[in-house]
Amino acid sequence: MSATPFDEMHNADGSVREPYLILEEWLKEQPPQALSLMSNDAESLFRRLGITFAVYGSNEGSEKLIPFDIIPRIVSAIEWRKLSKGIEQRVRALNAFLHDIYHRQEILKAGRVPEKLILNNSAFCPEMMGLDPARGVYSHIIGVDMVRVGPDDWYVLEDNLRTPSGVSYMLENREAMLQLAPELFQRYKVASVETYPETLRRTMESVAPAGVNGAPNLVVLTPGIHNSAYFEHSFLADQMGAELCEGQDLFVENGKVYMRTTTGPERVDVIYRRIDDDFLDPLTFRPDSMLGVPGLFDAYRAGTVTLVNAPGTGIADDKAVYTYVPEIIEFYLGEKALLKNVPTYNCTDLDQRAYVLEHLQELVVKEVHGSGGYGMMVGPASTKAMREEFRRKILARPDNYIVQPTLALSTCPTFVDRGIAPRHVDLRPYVLVGDDIRITPGGLTRVALKKGSLVVNSSQGGGTKDTWVLEE
Amino acid sequence: MLGRTAQNLFWLSRYIERAENMARMFEVGYRMSLTSRREGSASEHLISMMQAAEVDEGFNLKYKQADVNAVAHYMLFDEENYSSVRSCLLAARTNARSVRTALTLDMWESINSAWLEFSAIRPRDVNGAKLQELLGWIKQVSHRYRGALLSTFLRDSGYAFSQLGNFVERADNTARILDMKYYVLLPRASLVGSDVDVAQWTMILRAASAHRSYRHVYHDRYKAWNIADYLILRSEMPRSLSFCVDWINRTIDMLEDIYGTRTKGHDAADSVTALLADATVDRIFEYGLHEFLTEFIHRNNQITEALAESYNFY
Repeated sequence: MSATPFDEMHNADGSVREPYLILEEWLKEQPPQALSLMSNDAESLFRRLGITFAVYGSNEGSEKLIPFDIIPRIVSAIEWRKLSKGIEQRVRALNAFLHDIYHRQEILKAGRVPEKLILNNSAFCPEMMGLDPARGVYSHIIGVDMVRVGPDDWYVLEDNLRTPSGVSYMLENREAMLQLAPELFQRYKVASVETYPETLRRTMESVAPAGVNGAPNLVVLTPGIHNSAYFEHSFLADQMGAELCEGQDLFVENGKVYMRTTTGPERVDVIYRRIDDDFLDPLTFRPDSMLGVPGLFDAYRAGTVTLVNAPGTGIADDKAVYTYVPEIIEFYLGEKALLKNVPTYNCTDLDQRAYVLEHLQELVVKEVHGSGGYGMMVGPASTKAMREEFRRKILARPDNYIVQPTLALSTCPTFVDRGIAPRHVDLRPYVLVGDDIRITPGGLTRVALKKGSLVVNSSQGGGTKDTWVLEE
Repeated sequence: MLGRTAQNLFWLSRYIERAENMARMFEVGYRMSLTSRREGSASEHLISMMQAAEVDEGFNLKYKQADVNAVAHYMLFDEENYSSVRSCLLAARTNARSVRTALTLDMWESINSAWLEFSAIRPRDVNGAKLQELLGWIKQVSHRYRGALLSTFLRDSGYAFSQLGNFVERADNTARILDMKYYVLLPRASLVGSDVDVAQWTMILRAASAHRSYRHVYHDRYKAWNIADYLILRSEMPRSLSFCVDWINRTIDMLEDIYGTRTKGHDAADSVTALLADATVDRIFEYGLHEFLTEFIHRNNQITEALAESYNFY
């Protein structure tokens, strides 16, 4: 890892990297106010369409726009091919791992992953033991969080195997770019992301329970309009032509799931649920859940309905299990991991903890179960008080934190107040697993809009960009 | 279609129509109060308008005096008034968000942008000419939504539930506007056709956007008899009870075609239709205009309950 971050547009000598050559030309042609006008147009477009997200703990209205940056991020076909191979390998291994963990637990018996780490983990779902989901797939919809530190140097930060969000932004960002800069699409051959909803539909259909006659009935299960990702739930349901249901719209009778329609009950076959495991079914999980469907898990166990993703997938994307992913890939596929894992310090180990506490200013500290950029500290950007606070936290609960070196996230040209400047980015490509593994060429690029910031989360001042994968 | 979706579509349309009607009702009360010359009559007009809109009780709990500013605030902006324009637009948008997937993009955008624009208005900036402008804008919002509905919405059950919501609400509203001033329409020996009456009749017609079309239909000066006929029985008048009931029947019959069954909703619609079927203005006055309108409002309300039961609203 170098001290100066890798810039995806410029080489160290200032020359423009190949995928960005046409963009460079186009930027030069733009009259002075053009980008600023485009940026305003983009904002009103998103607001009108209602593409918003809710911010928890914010007083100013409950809906916000994620800032959209009008300069696309461009990835060449060759770069993408390597990347997607690595992603596919990871996803394959993690689904095999889930099947094993919920069946014979060979990997634990072989001692390759510590038993305690799995069986005592709150993300482990004993109710899933011995259950055989359709096609043996547990995680059907995956968003792998990655960062880039060099031309071919990608690290996986997190494998989101539960209910990854953000795919609607990938699709709407593309829509916005097509409207705002159609001429750029004439000069570049950009791989399509618009097929995602159709692929999602196919994926869901391919994992329908046995014995469904005709086209399976698909629904998206949402916690409701107050959920931060509600827009995405309705967007995906709409794009797939599936019914958007809340828990109250579904019920279970004689082990089968139905939705309440204007003409009475209608059978449901595959549920893309955007409700967390805990809230899925008050009879099996949290009894106080008002969002779920009583009896849903029993119907799932009986094989009359497919849940996408399966409950209990969180055990494979747990931050503590993450360190073992290279092991997991080797164990199930007999291959070396193609994508890198970020080295992770384990604070329960005394030596490692001592190192961590000495070097907090250089490291990133994350809560094991945290998400959305909350409960984390980026060492180089931290204050003394923050470091003191995290020191105390780590000492109090060493198992609750993982610590990693600060990666020099790559930068992309971004439109900011004073023109175009490099800003740090990450990438979340989306993977669908059913009868096949399909990776959408592109993904969600998040960008830290503050100069020098490494936190890309939308809840912490991050924006998004359209991500272009070029065709060969 | 989910029962909840049907319910949301029904209420979404009702709330948009209600926002428009609240603006119309307020406009009537406002104009009457502006043109009244007798002391104290300005606030009387506002109060009787609020009675017709059934918002007077809530208003009286908050305010001692019915002056234009207080009434405007209560009917247009007050969150505690569930029928205020603000509450209606917010409820419409919340319903729309719940059924985003069932709406066309044009329908959604019309509601979403209406709410965004409305919530950006500062109530204290709205007075005088601005107030008139806002009332016009609210009507435009409703027209934009209906325009999007009529020209982009698939003609299936969702369309039928939307239209039902719209016309059940409109029928209710027209009946209330008439009921607000039923006594000025009654034939009396004295005062018939006096300046006061003409002013009041104009207001009623205005509230229904009917003051100009009246002339085209009747080629006559304003007469109580004609006004009652126009707003109750003339099926070419888009806000008349008869027109609304025609549409209620037409759309509920659509549901029968789509689903293949008749429900309690049809019985409830039949019962409203029966009330109008052999009605003439003579008979209505004989029965009692107020009594007739009360019965109409009651039967019209039962349509909502019957739909909820028959199509699994919950």
